[in-house]
Amino acid sequence: MVAAVMSAAEPKAARRRNWQTNVNAWLLLLPAVVLLATFTHYPILATLYHSFFSLGRSGPAEFVGLENYAYMLDDDVFWQVLRNNLVFALATVPTSIVLALLMAVWVNKKIAGRSFLRLAFFTPTVLPMIAVANIWLFFYTPDYGLLDQFLKALGFSGHNWLGDPATVMACLTVMVIWKEAGFFMIFYLAALQVIPPDLKEAADVEGAGRWYFFRRVTLPLLMPTTLFISINALINSFKLVDQLVIMTKGGPNNASSLLLYYIYEVAFTFWDTTYAATLTVTLIAILAAVALTKFVYLDRRIHYQ
Amino acid sequence: MKQNGSSIETIAAWVLALLWLLPLAYSLWSAFHPSEYATRFDLMAPLTLDNFVRAWHQAPFARYYLNTLMLVTLVLAGQLVIATLAAYAFARFRFAGREVLFALILVQLMIMPDVLIVENYRVVSSLNLLDTIPAIALPYMASAFGIFLLRQTFKSVPNELVEAARVEGASSFGVLWRVFVPLGRTTYIAFGLVSVSYHWNNFLWPLIVTNSVESRPLTVGLAVFGAPETGVDWSVITAATVMTMAPLLLAFLLFQRQFVQSFMRAGIR
Amino acid sequence: MKFKAKALLTAGLMTVAGLGVSAAHAVDLTMYYPVAVGGPVTKIIDDMVQRFQKENPDIKVEAVYAGNYTDTMTKAMTAMKGGQPPQLSVLFSTDLFTLMDEKAIVPIDEIAGRDGKQWLDSFYPAFMENGRVEGKTWSIPFQRSTIVLYYNKDAFKEAGLDPEKPPTTWAEMAEMSKKLVKKDASGNVTRWGVEIPSTGYGYWMLQALAIENGQKLMNEAGNKVFFNEKKTVDALQYWVDLSTKESVMPKGAIEWGTLRTDFLEGKTAMMWHTTGNLTAVKESAKFDFGVAMLPAKEQRGSPTGGGNFYIFKSASPEQQQAAVKFIRWMTAPERAAEWSIKTGYVAVTPAAYETEAMKAYVKGFPQAVVARDQLQYAVAELSVHDNGRIYKIVNDAVQAAVTGSQSPKEALESAQKQSERVLGRYK
Repeated sequence: MVAAVMSAAEPKAARRRNWQTNVNAWLLLLPAVVLLATFTHYPILATLYHSFFSLGRSGPAEFVGLENYAYMLDDDVFWQVLRNNLVFALATVPTSIVLALLMAVWVNKKIAGRSFLRLAFFTPTVLPMIAVANIWLFFYTPDYGLLDQFLKALGFSGHNWLGDPATVMACLTVMVIWKEAGFFMIFYLAALQVIPPDLKEAADVEGAGRWYFFRRVTLPLLMPTTLFISINALINSFKLVDQLVIMTKGGPNNASSLLLYYIYEVAFTFWDTTYAATLTVTLIAILAAVALTKFVYLDRRIHYQ
Repeated sequence: MKQNGSSIETIAAWVLALLWLLPLAYSLWSAFHPSEYATRFDLMAPLTLDNFVRAWHQAPFARYYLNTLMLVTLVLAGQLVIATLAAYAFARFRFAGREVLFALILVQLMIMPDVLIVENYRVVSSLNLLDTIPAIALPYMASAFGIFLLRQTFKSVPNELVEAARVEGASSFGVLWRVFVPLGRTTYIAFGLVSVSYHWNNFLWPLIVTNSVESRPLTVGLAVFGAPETGVDWSVITAATVMTMAPLLLAFLLFQRQFVQSFMRAGIR
Repeated sequence: MKFKAKALLTAGLMTVAGLGVSAAHAVDLTMYYPVAVGGPVTKIIDDMVQRFQKENPDIKVEAVYAGNYTDTMTKAMTAMKGGQPPQLSVLFSTDLFTLMDEKAIVPIDEIAGRDGKQWLDSFYPAFMENGRVEGKTWSIPFQRSTIVLYYNKDAFKEAGLDPEKPPTTWAEMAEMSKKLVKKDASGNVTRWGVEIPSTGYGYWMLQALAIENGQKLMNEAGNKVFFNEKKTVDALQYWVDLSTKESVMPKGAIEWGTLRTDFLEGKTAMMWHTTGNLTAVKESAKFDFGVAMLPAKEQRGSPTGGGNFYIFKSASPEQQQAAVKFIRWMTAPERAAEWSIKTGYVAVTPAAYETEAMKAYVKGFPQAVVARDQLQYAVAELSVHDNGRIYKIVNDAVQAAVTGSQSPKEALESAQKQSERVLGRYK
């Protein structure tokens, strides 16, 4: 305010202050901008650029336009991988959310030992996925793995869980839900704790049942959190591929492969960097679509809070 | 009506919690008992540290620990400095291009370095930094998430405090250091815990960027260790797994509250 | 007298000078190597490297374990593309075309020295096949293998089979397997007849079956593949039938890494596996076991497998020479014999089998030479351009077939189509 008054009276000084402000601001921002440009913005553009070129194994790389994209659309493995990612997202996101909500509700109540509960649910979050994968790999090992031993003790026969395309995705889904639900629980916890208690009291006075209150008051109030978690979980389902590296390597026959893992394979095992670029562009497009949905559609709806 | 959970709910919650702890509990069981007891749950089974000893000898875990420590420290230090400066600029300066720049920065929230592995690899390689710890750290040092959080925190600092500091003759930088940073303490801790957790556990990018023991963090070391080509001795592998998880797990157990609150704070946007 | 003194002095000075020079000039070599078999292999390598360094104080070798063959190739290529290539590495004998395409390696003949040709000729020709292209030799065999049939002699006796007569044909193997299957009271199988691994190196196993059926999988130039030929399909069909029709093999994918444990725990009476696991099996087996050549359909056969030494182009001439010295040392008859005894890999030169140590070993453990004897029926491993990708494609097809998601014909048609696309994409 003072500055505004001053600038009206002294335009030259104000311009100099403005210039200085700009310079100072940009200096402060320089490291961030440089790093982000180098490792986020430039790679995005470069990836797009490279996807239009040939590999250049026997001769220099040439511009081939959309050829790599045509190759990708013709690639059965690509479609399999994309399908897997969608199935994986559909399986993990809603389930994690429901579980996370349940956990949060329980931890929020005055149940005996709720810090223990909170500990139990949240612990998987601080574990590296690689460690989690190792543990669960043993569970799923046929015959001497824990799961099979447990089933055999009950009289059922064992199964090659990770080696059977019909069960491998389900098994991985369970594991990922185990890892992620606790993380999302925290967000629900935070949201639950800001719901004013007088709302509940008011509802009680009017004789509303617990379930009714939950459905009509709590859930809608939690909507922003739910949406936030959904977006997060969705992005995670595209990012999380560590487990594939040591559990299934995407097998059997790509039944458990995901897009990012396929990109890793194509780029670093086959050294087909231009095809990897093409695939990455697809992944970026998907993530951008999710981002746009969030910013344009969802953020507008949430603005009542 | 008191907010007491019904006993059914309590039991259900406990059952779920116990189920949830099972995998971790199992890995601890398997790591501390000899291989014959890996699947036999004999409570009288002898405890042993032998698996850890063997794992320790089969791979340079000491070096891996060191690498990981250096990595998370480097990343966090970089992130804190860079995010503080940038958030300060966004929160307190009105400058040309502010909105556009902020939007550009937010891009990283959606399209993270984790998905840009192919190009980032090329960049790191052309900077001749392959197979070094800085190489793992660089793409993450400018953290859009950190900038976002700190900007919010800085924005909420009351103007009076800023004016007071200015009156005492503090420069812009002095104001930042003496007013904003201390007030952002809880955000810093929250962000720090989230960042350390994330980078301790990061795997795919370090896997690609490192080749040798000198720069490999724990997660990559564990993956190389557990490679199933050579046949598997589960007890030793779980021992190695426990060694990889232990530091963060212990930190979490000791500072549960801070961890949980940090993640909560980080999530409230 | 005076002359003698002078000569001694000169010799003394030269030695000191020489030592000084060599000590100052320690050549540093980095080597990536894979381990795909059981046993304390990294320890064995480290030990051999130590001894080499002791004998050659002017050369330092850093041997870096890099995972399995694929991982090691990835690591070596990553390092090379990142400007920090190793000087030599042990990589798949079949990575040759890819390495040549990436212009990563140098032909050994050119740097092997005067008696180079003799030295190169001292190796088993079967192992040199994958390393020779355009008349030049690009790699030296080191940890080479063939697939062999391990069988549990005690189980044979139990099933009323002659423990000294392992199956020699496909039909025999299926028949004997049926007798070897053991079930418990509720009808669950406690012991299978035979297991062939379908993860890890499924294409290798398929190649063995194809050869035995009289079908080659690729051409010499490495740019054509024959996955959808009738005989290849039949070979895969036999494999699938073992689990679906004959019920002697578990359904679904069988893990390369845990197969050895399956055999040792008696979960399967027979297994197809690399001879590289021989010593690991020998150390842990609590029963009498035998090793046999793979059974024949039209003929006996197995692809060779394993890793060769490659020297990288980016190494300085000095380093290349040092690398050659190291490789010569590692593959000298005594070491080749020692390596074979300690792991079960086939010793890479006939001379190794003539050493005392080896002769004594073979006397006490005749199973050790089965893989070597199979060399007469061995063929070069599937070697094509872009081999990593082709292997994945074939592995996928094998897995699709054994898990029942595609018929062998469909799976191999798809593999052929994809491989042709990849080999054609090559621009």
